Amino acid sequence: MTRAKADKHLDIRGVVCPYTLVKSKLAMESIGVGQVLEIILDYPEASVSIPKAMLNYGHSVISVTKINDREWVVVIKKEVED
Amino acid sequence: MDFTEEQLQRYSRHIILPEVGGKGQKKISGSRVLIAGAGGLGCPVGYYLAAAGVGTIAMVDNDVVELSNLQRQIAHSVRTLGMNKAESAKNTFEALNPDVNVVTIKERLNSKNILGLIKDYDIVVDGTDNFPTRYLINDACVLAGKPLVSGAILRFEGQVTTILPGEGHCYRCLFEEPPPPGLVPSCQEAGVLGVLPGVVGALQAAEVLKLVLGKGKPLSNQLLIYDALGVNFRKVKVPKNPDCKVCGKSPVITELIDIGEEYCSI
Repeated sequence: MTRAKADKHLDIRGVVCPYTLVKSKLAMESIGVGQVLEIILDYPEASVSIPKAMLNYGHSVISVTKINDREWVVVIKKEVED
Repeated sequence: MDFTEEQLQRYSRHIILPEVGGKGQKKISGSRVLIAGAGGLGCPVGYYLAAAGVGTIAMVDNDVVELSNLQRQIAHSVRTLGMNKAESAKNTFEALNPDVNVVTIKERLNSKNILGLIKDYDIVVDGTDNFPTRYLINDACVLAGKPLVSGAILRFEGQVTTILPGEGHCYRCLFEEPPPPGLVPSCQEAGVLGVLPGVVGALQAAEVLKLVLGKGKPLSNQLLIYDALGVNFRKVKVPKNPDCKVCGKSPVITELIDIGEEYCSI
């Protein structure tokens, strides 16, 4: 787990699309280039769509881990200024 | 200032755009736009800017809503017949988005009041229907250094251009002087397709948001011409005129004057 290394943690369990992305995007804007955001989510579609959207924004996806039956941890590194 | 949950929902499609994001949405919320004319063009421009969350929108109009306006002036309704147009538009825009502060200016723009009115705004939108006011707004924006998004419509044809004083062309670089009174017919004389100001106004609103966000290329040094019948969009280059009377190297217009009332029969 990369959990300890993250500069910011975002818990969006209970949040559905597209607000999963809205909140993740805003969290990415609040950290600096080179910093890492760790997102915990439980909306299944977001485990695929958030990493895809973050790649489109120009960031890199460090890991996507299913931690139990319903929850995922997505770790993103900020690569470009918003 | 953080977004409320309601604002996150309202502006979600903006926030997820890479060119906008939370930062861009905050720029939009902090922006102040003055719209001259709450008619065919002013209605859709104001409507979309209100939807986008522009913080302060001033609507300038001293006219009242008439039934003949409702074919195209979409912020008004049968419920606001006889009401001042700026006031009618304010009701509509604030119902759409309570985040927006709509200021009503129930005056006719003239050489005495215009500089004081535009001074507190970041961007000016021209949605007026006559040449004297169009030139007055151009000259005032050049003198005050205010970006101006200008639109015009007649019959089936519309025009849009963005004037960035000090950087690009101005309306007088394009047409040095207003045409003589009576040469160009008014919408009242010649008619206008009701949807035409919707197309042109939406283009103006897009220009305003691009300027606020600092994204994309504005329609500076260009005139966009839309022909609804042929479905043509044409962009014409408009170079800055070094001898322009108001924005050239040696301007002769250094203060504002009112152009003859004979134009204003429309």
